[in-house]
Amino acid sequence: MEFPEDLKFTEEHEWVLVEHGMATVGITDFAQDALGDVVFVELPEVGTVLETGKSFGVVESVKAVSDVYAPVSGEVIEINEELPDTPELVNTSPYEDGWMLKIKLADNAELDDLMDADAYQAFVEEEG
Amino acid sequence: MLKKTPLNAVHKQARARMVDFGGWEMPVQYRGVIEEHLAVRNAAGLFDVSHMGEIKVSGPGALAFIQELATNDASTLENGQVQYSALCYPHGGVVDDVTLYRFDAEHYLFCVNASNTDKDFTWMEEVLADGDFPGVALHNVSDDFAQLALQGPAAEAILARITDTALTAIGYYRFYEGLVAGVPTIISRTGYTGEDGFELYFAADAAEEVWNALMEAGADDGLMPVGLGARDTLRLEMKYALYGHELSTEITPLEAGLGWITKLDKPSFVGREALLKLKEAGVPRRLVGFAMTEPGIPRADYPVFADGRQVGVVTSGTMSPSLRHGIGLALVETACAAIGTPLQIGIRARQVGAKVEKTPFVKK
Repeated sequence: MEFPEDLKFTEEHEWVLVEHGMATVGITDFAQDALGDVVFVELPEVGTVLETGKSFGVVESVKAVSDVYAPVSGEVIEINEELPDTPELVNTSPYEDGWMLKIKLADNAELDDLMDADAYQAFVEEEG
Repeated sequence: MLKKTPLNAVHKQARARMVDFGGWEMPVQYRGVIEEHLAVRNAAGLFDVSHMGEIKVSGPGALAFIQELATNDASTLENGQVQYSALCYPHGGVVDDVTLYRFDAEHYLFCVNASNTDKDFTWMEEVLADGDFPGVALHNVSDDFAQLALQGPAAEAILARITDTALTAIGYYRFYEGLVAGVPTIISRTGYTGEDGFELYFAADAAEEVWNALMEAGADDGLMPVGLGARDTLRLEMKYALYGHELSTEITPLEAGLGWITKLDKPSFVGREALLKLKEAGVPRRLVGFAMTEPGIPRADYPVFADGRQVGVVTSGTMSPSLRHGIGLALVETACAAIGTPLQIGIRARQVGAKVEKTPFVKK
């Protein structure tokens, strides 16, 4: 199980990479492993404004439908166009090729509410 | 407290993901649902189905009792033959769908759905008490048996390595009592996947021994342990009913496409009058298979629309690992049941295109 040091994490098992006022978002290695084979990903359209903690899309495994929640608020400026045709990227590369969307950060202070890698690892170990 | 099969420790050792399935702690997957599904279609898979219930019916009145209890015609069974059947309530709703094994004229065995076992046994006792069936004994022997399903095109070759029984002589829905890995076993050519294969019943305390012998015998053929996740996708691709989804107290066998096991020409069985009436009045809804024509995965309880109006509900749905698109089963108004009928499935806020498809979805 990987917990990259340069990412921030939520209790709903999303990760955030912040670069130049922009947040790239996906689901964690722990989340993809718990879901099993991901076979469908539904993402919002570019331009959608996300609100922290609200569902922005779904990830479906063979067995189940799971919501994905916005870790920070802001406007969606890009989505991963590969995911509709190759949703398995969420399994094979959760922190890189399986990214879901890029958000223009509305409020940098929100990042303080997220966990760092050590805190998230401890959280997962406690949950699991 | 969840019930455990005799193979619980074996599953955990194999790092299976365990879930609560109708009160049983069962493996939902070992390596992945898709991989396990494809192993069964292309090679072979081994399922622990020890949670299934077994109820013995014996005595000189056994056949007469079974004829009243179940919808199919058990009088046609020969020794060593298996029959798919249903138990109905007087109003025509389904108590359970079952397989019935005939050993001889006075010895039968029902294999029933795990979570229905106690309900079925109580129901059988009630039907027995209500009727005039002298000399019938009922025994719930579920705890005595372990049950494994070995399924897939390589199943016969694998099993042949650890039994002397002439497997080629066992036809579809026939069984033979022989030895598997030295353990006395009911070897039944049945299954829930659409593939060739066997269901094996034997003493619960021999479960690990037989499981390990099969896994070893099948190692070179790509035999994989398979969990309930793939068991569900495999049966869905074949349009096999799952109790609680396609069948329930509120769904009759005629609606669920099980008219072929509902012998209304038998003089009597529980539910016959209600089902006859339903048939004469016209069955209002039918179970259909449908395939998505647009991206999306149907799930149980999603609404089904035609021409903007709700005409039914999804009973089961999944992404088909064999076909790589969404498929499902739905109970819809009879007017919408013809193959090719365009449907829309209500997935979250959207209506997504689908059409009624020929079943089984996967041709064998």
